[in-house]
Amino acid sequence: MFDKFLIDATSLRNIGPDEAPTGFAFEAKLGYYRGLGLSMIEELNVSIDGEAVAREAVTFDEGEGPITLDAMETAYDRRWPFGTPATIAVAHPGGFPEGEHRLGFQQKLRISYLPFPSFNNDEKVVSL
Amino acid sequence: MTSKIKRGVSLYSFQEEMFLGKMTLDDVVGFAASIGAPGIEILPEQNMPTFPNITDQQIGEWQDRLARHGAHFTCYDMFLDTKLRKGEVMSDEEQVASIVRDLKLCNRLGIKNMRILIFVRPDILEQCVPYAEQYDVHMGVEVHAPWYLDHAWILRTIEVADRLKTKHLGILPDMGIFMKHYPPAFRGRFERQGARPEVAQFIVDSHEQKIMCEYTIYEVAVKMGGNKAEVAMAETLRHAPFANPKRIADFAPYFRHIQAKFYEMTPDCTDPSIAYDEVIPQLVKAGWEGTLSSEYEGNRWIQDVEDVDSREQVRRQHVMFEKLIAKAEAEVEPA
Repeated sequence: MFDKFLIDATSLRNIGPDEAPTGFAFEAKLGYYRGLGLSMIEELNVSIDGEAVAREAVTFDEGEGPITLDAMETAYDRRWPFGTPATIAVAHPGGFPEGEHRLGFQQKLRISYLPFPSFNNDEKVVSL
Repeated sequence: MTSKIKRGVSLYSFQEEMFLGKMTLDDVVGFAASIGAPGIEILPEQNMPTFPNITDQQIGEWQDRLARHGAHFTCYDMFLDTKLRKGEVMSDEEQVASIVRDLKLCNRLGIKNMRILIFVRPDILEQCVPYAEQYDVHMGVEVHAPWYLDHAWILRTIEVADRLKTKHLGILPDMGIFMKHYPPAFRGRFERQGARPEVAQFIVDSHEQKIMCEYTIYEVAVKMGGNKAEVAMAETLRHAPFANPKRIADFAPYFRHIQAKFYEMTPDCTDPSIAYDEVIPQLVKAGWEGTLSSEYEGNRWIQDVEDVDSREQVRRQHVMFEKLIAKAEAEVEPA
């Protein structure tokens, strides 16, 4: 319901040493009309120019410290509040590739009252 | 006469502006009061960032905010995360505990109505009734399209309420069940996604004639070779019922709050799809006392082409309510 607003394109930056970045990060919101416990966020898929980065390369931080997607599955006491950006960090040697690229971000959510998973998708052309 | 029907807004209505940081909680509460709709329906999981840990100080801040604007709480929208753990459904005991947690928070906030998601089982709610009585909160099961007042699933909740002779369990209708005409906002979105105008017209005509949705979906998907947008548009018919507004009177004793769902209001303040002109007279005739709480859900249908203006949409709905309520009351009570 908020797909086009998930990625904050202005927040993209490299992480790690300037001379040899280890990855990149950006701020994103949960595309849902209420906050959700982290254990119900099944996937946060990041892609560059349509190519998916590995699940293991992605970490999430809503302010309580970085957490892997595997660890999120049992994070029953943490929540991603409504309308609040969280940091999505991606291990990617060399950092975000130079020039313009399509940054894709997909959320797969387990919503208790829906029989099927809910997917939110955003894609923006960005450069550093 | 002074109307028994009160007016309010669900904060769900302003999700677009709040999500984008264009409106604060102060803004939405102040706006609601300014249009004569001071009853505030809250989604704690949307509007209280630290949920479920809410301090007395935070509650005090909410009470101050409401008082400052001359507003008051009407309803608390609960959720129940039965799928909290992957591959496993919450036990019955945990479900009851989650609902009791919400009832307590409701009580601390001074709210008398709680919206229960429609998928919550009646036997779970039966176990919650003693707590609802203790905390003095009416649990209203949301009657949401494609369900409707007479639906067997809803009747199960009514049966429990009757058997227990409780005043703390009932229903809470969402006016989306009275979709008489297909929403133009839906059609517009599907056409922008590639639905051909003639196929879109066929779907709209089928809905207008109340042809069973499965026939229309088959026609569009198979016989007309419908594209993705056309099939998706046809499939919305599964959730687009027009229930009989005359049944409202029979169910009125079971509800104290209404989610006044709408998708769009025209500039002349009419709703092109939900049959409020038939619903309001029935509520007035039934002598119903409760709050019509605006629930604007049109943002997601237009945000691809224009900036959403939830305030203007909600304002128009309340102009319509004022007019329809006054007219219905004049007809019920001849001068």
